[in-house]
Amino acid sequence: MSAVPAPQFVSRGQQHDAVRLGMWVFLGTELLLFAPLVAGWAFGRWAMAEAFGIGSRHTDLVLGTVNTAMLLTSSLCMALAVEHRRAGGIAASGRMLIATALLGIAFLAIKSWEWRHDWNEGWFPGHGFAFHEAPQHLRGGVEYFFICYFAGTGLHAIHLLIGLALVLGARWRRQHAASVPIWRLECVGLYWHFIDVIWIFLFPALYLVERGG
Amino acid sequence: MTRLALVHAALLALLAGTVALSSLPLGLISAVGSFVIAAIKAALVMWFFMELRRGRALNRLVLAVAVLTLGLLLLAGSDYLTRAWTAAGWESPATADRPTS
Repeated sequence: MSAVPAPQFVSRGQQHDAVRLGMWVFLGTELLLFAPLVAGWAFGRWAMAEAFGIGSRHTDLVLGTVNTAMLLTSSLCMALAVEHRRAGGIAASGRMLIATALLGIAFLAIKSWEWRHDWNEGWFPGHGFAFHEAPQHLRGGVEYFFICYFAGTGLHAIHLLIGLALVLGARWRRQHAASVPIWRLECVGLYWHFIDVIWIFLFPALYLVERGG
Repeated sequence: MTRLALVHAALLALLAGTVALSSLPLGLISAVGSFVIAAIKAALVMWFFMELRRGRALNRLVLAVAVLTLGLLLLAGSDYLTRAWTAAGWESPATADRPTS
């Protein structure tokens, strides 16, 4: 934001508030984008509980936990990037953005590794779906679980890719412009944290269902 | 910045807690507990990392409305639970995993 507010605002402070509010409204609509997935998952969890337990026990808990920890840490780096930027530490802020992006890339790398494994096992829903560990009458439910699994993690990964582009964009601009406006960095941060929040709920929904049997 | 680091430590502790809880054969407690912990983690992220704690109340209101709307949509989805199942054309009745109740 330049020193002079846009013509429709009284002050820069008011403009800054409007930017934040707009971002929160956008994230609210993003949450509703995930709503059909939540509803679909909840229905399956209720109506096909046994099959969902079997499907969930075949996800990789170790990789899922490591990925969750990395995403939580990336959120810390993002929050620190905004804090450093406010305190005037442009270089430190840039380093934190790089750390955020690297953790995001590592998350996607591990997730891709997992997907490859799931795919090779034949767990991708559709014509070639194969799941011999479950009794015949439960296979439909397990396939439904994997629809939720691939749709949920896939939609999340698309958001993460967009987030990565935004974070790297903010870092890249720093070298070319004098500085990124703080409100833009805040919005990038809000989006990144939103991706983190979505994963926080995907993790128990897909990895932790009836682990203890 | 110390505050942010503390929040991060709490998030990782909650993650360890939820993984440990899920490995115990507690049935419903484990199922509900993992989402209670997820809600606490999400609240920490939003309150501290997303700065709801010092922003305008209007931002918190937007979040509340979004969550409420999500809840209403899920209520509408409960319609499915009150109906008998009919196998779709592509699934044989034997493979459909029906609700036991």
